[in-house]
Amino acid sequence: MKLNTNSNVYTVCYAAVMVVIVAFLLAFVASSLKETQDANVENDTKGQILTALGYDKVIDVAALYAEKVQDNVFANGKLKAYEGSFNTTYGSLIKNGELHVFIATTANGEQAYVIPVVGRGLWGGLWGYIAVNEAKDKVLGTYFYHESETAGLGARISEKWFQDQFIGKPIFDQDGNVVLTVVKAGAAHLENEVDGVTGATLTSNGVAAMVKDGFTVYKAFFLEDAFKPEAMRSCSEDDKPEVVVCSSTEDESETTNVEQ
Amino acid sequence: MSKLFSDENKAAFTSPLNLNNPITVQVLGICSALAVTSQLKPAIVMGLSVTVITAFSNVIISLLRKTIPNRIRIIVQLVVVAALVTIVSQLLKAYVYDVSVQLSVYVGLIITNCILMGRLEAFAMQNGPWPSFLDGIGNGLGYAAILIIVGFVREFFGFGTLLGYNVIPESWYVSNGGWYQNNGMMVMPAMSLIIVGCVIWAHRSINKEEK
Repeated sequence: MKLNTNSNVYTVCYAAVMVVIVAFLLAFVASSLKETQDANVENDTKGQILTALGYDKVIDVAALYAEKVQDNVFANGKLKAYEGSFNTTYGSLIKNGELHVFIATTANGEQAYVIPVVGRGLWGGLWGYIAVNEAKDKVLGTYFYHESETAGLGARISEKWFQDQFIGKPIFDQDGNVVLTVVKAGAAHLENEVDGVTGATLTSNGVAAMVKDGFTVYKAFFLEDAFKPEAMRSCSEDDKPEVVVCSSTEDESETTNVEQ
Repeated sequence: MSKLFSDENKAAFTSPLNLNNPITVQVLGICSALAVTSQLKPAIVMGLSVTVITAFSNVIISLLRKTIPNRIRIIVQLVVVAALVTIVSQLLKAYVYDVSVQLSVYVGLIITNCILMGRLEAFAMQNGPWPSFLDGIGNGLGYAAILIIVGFVREFFGFGTLLGYNVIPESWYVSNGGWYQNNGMMVMPAMSLIIVGCVIWAHRSINKEEK
């Protein structure tokens, strides 16, 4: 018997059966592989944090992470050890005010704080981890990655030469504003500037915005002690009466008053 | 064995490499040729991925070709390609995570690559699985060859590197007191269109006699 492959009934049945088979196949593959994939993602995220800390070509990521990194949450001016299971994305956590800070030791043996940052590039999300020194004023290392930036252009933010440019850069100015930024490729002359990627201005701008937003959210953490004395000094030097101007949070102005 | 490599099958494999090249002659897959060729490495990765996916989706469609209702054939082809690419990327993500991270940006580009649809429609719908497989491999490699040429030219002149390694001595650069400067134009997507144009020009003038 020869089927009439052009009949309506056949077409509809064919489409229905095909959709069911493909849907089942995809669902089966996705659910049966989910566990291995999640483990990979967790391992990879830990590897990203280690990359920001300067560890290169780590073989046993999980072990090194457990040894060198400690997951904390910053709340009400204090760091508290994080008890829950390891998170692999931080966008929604940051939005909900759950600010993770990783206390870690870098590959050079320095004490460091690592914060997660999230942003948007040209085609999709960007994310990264930035390691900051113990005095909380300089970058020790970064890691950036992206969902779907153009290969060879925007995707180059994930390359080492781009990320290494951030090392040693200052983060805040004396007024507590984030000054660390990404500029046009080849235009970085000031201490706080980093060269962008040629031909990927929008992705570079996305990184700049991500860094700025990231540090702004964590301002209370970074400016709580290390930076403030300097900010205060600058105020008294300029003889500005309004001390409140240079302290952005309530927390800070309180301490300022105490010290005065 | 002789049947497997008959002249016809050989032609299915070799003609897309030269006389029937998907980019320079069929003008398929131009958009991705622009997108991924600013450096050599993504061009090679994309070329290989497209080769594998074209070959296997060609085989699947060729096996199904007698059952596919004519009026929804494009939809069926698209579903097969999308399902195949998704499953492959899921498997990579589970077992070779590093590779999947490298390839993640290409997945979308592979599904929408017109070479796939073009070959499924033009070849796999009329031919058996084995010639279709060869046709897929041939077209994928033909595509990869052009991508690699364009990627080579753009990375060499645009960045002064090849596969990420510096090939132009540092001392030649103006910034180090030399005379050489990278050509920023090469990095722009528009330049790849011009290079593809030059490749087509060269290809056509070489093959003028044979057509």
